Amino acid sequence: MELFKKYPKLFQWIFLLIVFFALCFAIDVPETYKFIRGQAEFVKDPNQSTFVFLGKEVRYYAFDVFWRLPPLLGWLPIWINDSLFFLMNDWMPMEFWNEDTQEYKTRPLVLQITRNLTAFMTFLIELIREILLGGLETIVAFTSWDWIDANPWAELPGLPWTIVAAGSAILAYKLGGRGLAIFAGLAMTYISIFGQWKPSMQTLSFILVAAPLSFIFGLSLGIAAFKSKRVEKALYPILLVMQTMPQYAVLVPALVLFGVGDHAAVIITMIVAVPPMILLTLLGLRAVPPEVIEAGRMSGCNNWQLMFKVLIPTARRDILIGVNQVIMVCFSMAVISAFIGAKGLGFNLLLALNQLNIGLALEAGLCISLIAILLDKMSLAWANKQVDYFGNLNFFQRNKNSLFFGLIMILGIALAYFGSIYFKDGYNYLFEVPHNKGISTADFWNKGVDWIFDTFFVYIKAFNTWLIVEVLQPMRALYLRMPAIATIVLVVGAGYLIGGTRSALVVCGLTLFIALSPWWDRALVTTYMATFGVIVSCIIGFTVGTLCFQNKHSTKFMLNVCDIFQTFPSFVYLIPVMMLFGITDTSVLIAVIVYATIPATRYTIEGLRSVPSGLHDAATMSGVTKFQRLFKIEFPLAFPHMMLGLNQTIVFALFMVIIGAFIGTEDLGQYILKALSDKKGAGIGLTLGICVAFIGLIFDNLIRTWVDKRKKHLGID
Amino acid sequence: MSEPVIKCESVYKIFGENAETMLKEANGNVDAKTFQENGCIVGVNNASFEVSKGEMLVVMGLSGSGKSTLLRCISRLTDATGGKIFIEGQDLLNLNNKELIDLRRNKMGMVFQSFALLPHKTVVENIAFPLQIKGINTEDSINKAMDMVKLVGLDGRENYFPRELSGGQQQRVGIARSLAVEPDIWFLDEPFSALDPLIRKEMQDEFLRLQEKLQKTIMFITHDFDEALKLADRIAIMKDGIIEQLDTPANIVLNPATEYVRKFTEEVPREKVLLIEDVMDSTTTEDIGDLKVSKDEIIENVAEKILTQEKTVAVIDNNNNIVGSINPTKIINTVFGGRKNNN
Repeated sequence: MELFKKYPKLFQWIFLLIVFFALCFAIDVPETYKFIRGQAEFVKDPNQSTFVFLGKEVRYYAFDVFWRLPPLLGWLPIWINDSLFFLMNDWMPMEFWNEDTQEYKTRPLVLQITRNLTAFMTFLIELIREILLGGLETIVAFTSWDWIDANPWAELPGLPWTIVAAGSAILAYKLGGRGLAIFAGLAMTYISIFGQWKPSMQTLSFILVAAPLSFIFGLSLGIAAFKSKRVEKALYPILLVMQTMPQYAVLVPALVLFGVGDHAAVIITMIVAVPPMILLTLLGLRAVPPEVIEAGRMSGCNNWQLMFKVLIPTARRDILIGVNQVIMVCFSMAVISAFIGAKGLGFNLLLALNQLNIGLALEAGLCISLIAILLDKMSLAWANKQVDYFGNLNFFQRNKNSLFFGLIMILGIALAYFGSIYFKDGYNYLFEVPHNKGISTADFWNKGVDWIFDTFFVYIKAFNTWLIVEVLQPMRALYLRMPAIATIVLVVGAGYLIGGTRSALVVCGLTLFIALSPWWDRALVTTYMATFGVIVSCIIGFTVGTLCFQNKHSTKFMLNVCDIFQTFPSFVYLIPVMMLFGITDTSVLIAVIVYATIPATRYTIEGLRSVPSGLHDAATMSGVTKFQRLFKIEFPLAFPHMMLGLNQTIVFALFMVIIGAFIGTEDLGQYILKALSDKKGAGIGLTLGICVAFIGLIFDNLIRTWVDKRKKHLGID
Repeated sequence: MSEPVIKCESVYKIFGENAETMLKEANGNVDAKTFQENGCIVGVNNASFEVSKGEMLVVMGLSGSGKSTLLRCISRLTDATGGKIFIEGQDLLNLNNKELIDLRRNKMGMVFQSFALLPHKTVVENIAFPLQIKGINTEDSINKAMDMVKLVGLDGRENYFPRELSGGQQQRVGIARSLAVEPDIWFLDEPFSALDPLIRKEMQDEFLRLQEKLQKTIMFITHDFDEALKLADRIAIMKDGIIEQLDTPANIVLNPATEYVRKFTEEVPREKVLLIEDVMDSTTTEDIGDLKVSKDEIIENVAEKILTQEKTVAVIDNNNNIVGSINPTKIINTVFGGRKNNN
């Protein structure tokens, strides 16, 4: 009884677990239940039950409601899909003037809007692409094909790679100094020499359109949310869901609305990249000291002046960190949107992975990562750069970078011209090294992969079999064995114990949505894979983080490693694991573990670092040993921050599990991938995406509530 | 006396959702406790006072006493919940946004505790900022700002960024910026509180020098009673949103109105605050010595001279007329006596 009074929470948790397990044992697996594989549910089966809601027929296998809830939300994807089609094809037809045919044409409003948007995006992408690579689409957009035929000279020639490489080096120098400049120059040269110039520039042009547009939208929405509580309240749930929504899932509805190609990819990228920009803008504006705002007001600023002359410049750094985030999202989308036909490195990567040509995939992946790291470092350097005073510099000093670029421009053109004479019959290597005509290391890597397989096949296979048979299969079976009602009780109970009624209700709503969707089993499989990944990642991350923290240099080194790894687009992680483990669940899980270990490590280090140095000194003066300090002082105080790391780890793991569908899994991700090639997949894809997002949000809600309470308790913020 | 520059009539500031209805129901009898029970926090409670042209009113109070809130009501950075505020006869609370901006652009300047400089602008750009906001072209505004740079003694550092300056220098920029538009009314919100003691003293002296030259109408907020005594023409002491006493420094020291005020005055070295005028006898006795002291002298400055006399000392005004007398024992009583007796 005394123990009970001392640790009331502990006993509540034990009680919850007892109830959970009691339910698990009390509810038997129905005899007819089996995990449905593949496309089975598209087959009509007389054993299935049906119900009709809003005119949509839903078929499902009925079980005891304690075991599996009926998919009462099964009509939702169908309904979303039909509404989308109705909007696109039948809603509000209007007369529109068509330039090409010179006549009015009847078209539904939404279709017209999306087509115009599409045309606009295409124009922007082509413009930048042709500045970098040459072409005639842009000129045609202003004139006509006939005009181009008559004036063949008007084609945009594109920039020689030497100019782009030197230009990026100069920009890097201006932003981040010599080191960054050398890196920029080398990276661009590497890309050119190894024959990846064209796809790289295609990817770059995609990013140069998507990133600024996302920035503008994110900034304006962030400002709107800052100005008006109502806008913020309306945006908040969307932002929350978007943060945990797998990027895959957005592809499907966009496919319906905008079709296939770079333009659709840009629009999707914006949808994904705008939320973090909004959040960081809001954060930055909120962080402006109130006295600075008051100083602005007392200087007589009107609202406009206050925003653009006081608030935004003061919040500059946070806003530019937002730009950095946007660029990173753009890169991961550059690969993912290859699924809907965006050109560039991502497309090549996907193609190579599909053909199991690991060498080619590695080359493309390396180029993406190089550009990603370069742009990441450049935007960070921009954010951290302090403004300098230029007032007392002369004309040359002020404009040296532009002057230098002008010089490079002339030099580059001269070189390209010289090249055109020198390489008369072959390719002009000084202008552009054609795709796959540079040095290629693909064969080397492929041979390496073969060698690894030949040498280690037995061991890898043995490990693989052991992991799957001994660990993964039983774990999956356990997850699937949970009756729906037991799971809901467990989750809701946890919500109540951590955050009270409010938390319990939120969590209950999120879980019910998944339970009432037709994909509860898939969601369990997704959760099982994510759980496995998260557990291993956390063990690795917390250990590595704690070890590295013991030394200043290793701390810094590890944070840098985390930075670089985080810059890689998530897809790139699939290459080495496929190289080593082939197409198995193990590959997916290892990719998940590698990817999710990054936040686990980073947050451990940051958490430990955030322990105030005064406490260190106080502890040392009390005569603690290193271990005592770690376990009595540092861990308890760093724990809330480490839990936020766990939160991030879960989100990262979920993302990777979903992307792992590409290798072949049986979870929600696989269904999203299927929806991509399904004509009526939009609704399914979106609902599946929401399911995944909700899994993430359940954990997010529980962890955040706990962390907030704990932080308040410890008095840290 | 001409019309006061700042005039407050029972100003209230109450934070909370239904502050206005509660204030109306309270009928001018606001009790902080009842308000707090209903989720409202009383910031300023029935503040009425006037500040005349060229006068420096120092508002003194501990943190949470509502002094900054009062200042923000008068600069209308927050809207007062009740009462009336007149700035040079204009009803401040009835100004529309444009008139308010005009007022701030031309009549008001404000200095902040945390300096509140714009991090992305240089010293001279920061100072020129209010001028540029007003629409003055770059060259004129920079020229004017350079004058201000010289006024606050930052010449040679005009192209520094705030992050490259010390706290004292940053506050000089803040002061220069608030003066750039040549305002009539100058608000200072704990301007020297974030500075260390030596710099603070230096800045106070500098501030007095500036005020002598500029003769602005000033509202100065501080939590430092010594600072208030040193600078003020009149001091308002606030507690829990209520102005406990508003008077000249000497009167506050000699006749504290409430127990709260008296606690502040206890430790004050009177000889540094009081003038001869405040302690002299206005009657003249026959037994008067040769020494004459001016009635406007601070006691500390003449105490030694008076104490070496055996006879009563004559007190004169500016025209050398004898207006009273002071006995050496009176000085001793003032400096050492009064305090002990009170305890």
